[in-house]
Formats: sequence, C-alpha cells, structure tokens
Amino acid sequence: METMTVLQWLLDGMLVLALLWLAWRALSSPDLFTAIVLFVAFGLMMALAWVRLQAPDIALAEAAIGAGLTGALLLAALARSNDLADRINDDQTVGTEKK
Amino acid sequence: MSVTDRSRLSLMFRRVLLLLLLVLAGGLAYAVLSLPDQAVGLSDRVRASMETSGVSNPVTAVLLNFRGYDTLLEMAVLLVALLGVWSLGAAAAHRTVDPESVLLSLVGVLVPMMLLMAGYLLWVGAAAPGGAFQAGSVLAAAGILLLLTCKRPPVRLLGWPLRLVLVLGLGAFVAVGVTLMSANGAFLQYPNSLAGGLILFIEAAATLSIGVTLAALFLGGWPDLDV
Repeated sequence: METMTVLQWLLDGMLVLALLWLAWRALSSPDLFTAIVLFVAFGLMMALAWVRLQAPDIALAEAAIGAGLTGALLLAALARSNDLADRINDDQTVGTEKK
Repeated sequence: MSVTDRSRLSLMFRRVLLLLLLVLAGGLAYAVLSLPDQAVGLSDRVRASMETSGVSNPVTAVLLNFRGYDTLLEMAVLLVALLGVWSLGAAAAHRTVDPESVLLSLVGVLVPMMLLMAGYLLWVGAAAPGGAFQAGSVLAAAGILLLLTCKRPPVRLLGWPLRLVLVLGLGAFVAVGVTLMSANGAFLQYPNSLAGGLILFIEAAATLSIGVTLAALFLGGWPDLDV
C-alpha cells in the first residue's frame, strides 16, 4: 500500500512537470510545426491527468478532440497558411519583375 | 519613430504585460486557495435523481437530461463554427497526391474499426464513459483519414445530403424539445419512461452531425461541387 502511494505521487509529479514543460515548449517554440506536435503531446498528457483525477469522460474527450482533432485542424490551418504565404511571395516576385 | 524609441516602447509594453499577468496569476491563486475544503457540489443531487434520467452514467445524465440545454447550444456553436469556416470560401483544390500503399492498407483496417468504436462509444455512453461527442470525434477522425488518402465522397452527396447530416443533430434535439414542450409544457423535460430512448435518439443524431461537422472543418471551406 505504502509503495503504491509513493508510485502514484511519483506518477502525478512527473505528469505535472511534463505538462508544464510541454506547455512552455509549445508556447515558446518558434517553429509552428514543432509547436503543434508539442500541443498534441500536451493533449495526450492532459488526458492522462484527467484519468488520474478520475474523470474518464473528460479524458476520452481530451484525447479525441483536444489532442487528435485539434492537432489535425491546426496542421491543416498551418498547411493552408503556408500555401497562402507562398502565393503572396509569388505574386510579389511577379510584380517586381514587371517593373 | 527611431529604433531606440520602438525598443523602449516594446520594453514598456512587456513590463505592463508582466504586471497584468502577475495580477491574473495572483487572482487565480487567491481563487484556488479560497476554495472551501469540502466542496458542496451537485453530485448528491445528481445521484438522487439518477433514476429519473433514463441512463446510468451520471455524466450522460447531466449532459443530455439535467443540462440538456447546454449540449443543445454546444451543437449550435459547432454548426456556427462550420458556417464561419465555409464563409471563408471554397475548400482548397483537390490535392492529387497518390497515397502510399502502406497508408491505404492501414486506412482499410482502421476506418471500419473506428466506425465500430464510434458505435460502441455511442451505445456505452448510457452506462459508462462515452457519449455523442467522443463517438462523433472518432467518426470525424475516420473521415479525416479518408480525406488524407484523397478519398472524397461522391459529388451528389455534397449538396443537400451533406447539409442535412450537418443539421441533423441540432434538428433532432430541437424537434424532441419542441414535441415535449407541446406535450407537457416544458422544453426538453423527458417523461421517465421515454428518457433512455430519447437520449439515445438525440445522441445518435448528434454523433453523425458532430463527426461530419468536424471532418468538414478539417477540409476548410465549403466543398466545391465543380471540382
């Protein structure tokens, strides 16, 4: 029993540290792709934290929506914004050539 | 404005921001520390009225019965979000990348399993963790996998059938509410004998709508019928 509580404290402590570290890295990462991957990892860790807080319903929603779908949506948004940036750059180079 | 002026301004802005953040952190810390040791939640009241809810999972009972209004509005928010994305224009042109055979065979295995999983989560939501949002997001993940392998639904389904599925969840919710209101005068007040069935009906419609809405959000922009 005693070892179980120590193990649980260790697990919870590591979860909290991992969450804080992932959150900081995701916010401070200059590369958006890295930030999205870190955000997905954060979502999965958060799902584990919800399980530890005995909220399996929220854990399921967090893993599926918070980590999975939001990550996919963010990646899609990143791809589209990159496309847009490329198109604007192309337009600008075409504009300067005409001059 | 010279460079030094600008850097001084940004330094001041950062200091003000730090001050605001410290105030916010202090407020949050105060709120957490001033919480009572023994929180008087609503769980006792929920437990007391579980028999009238029609389901045995307290979370589903709260989401679909006691606070059905909130879930109804969540469905509306999801629909409005999709309308917002669609108002940005048509989806980006079809990318004709040939998906690798590994991905294709993986999708062939994963998608049927995800459909099964979505059905299971929907059904088990009445008694254990699960429910419409979880099932819907698994459904959406299957849809996104299919979109990633360049499998598009046939064009004839992208017109009114797609829109029908998108509003199905909200429509079923409102229809049940209005029918009950005309029968017993209260919006979304399920009669005890019908509660379980009505909740399953609403959740099934909501699962379809949530899944298709989230997958459509991934597509970004309304599906162009001419492509």
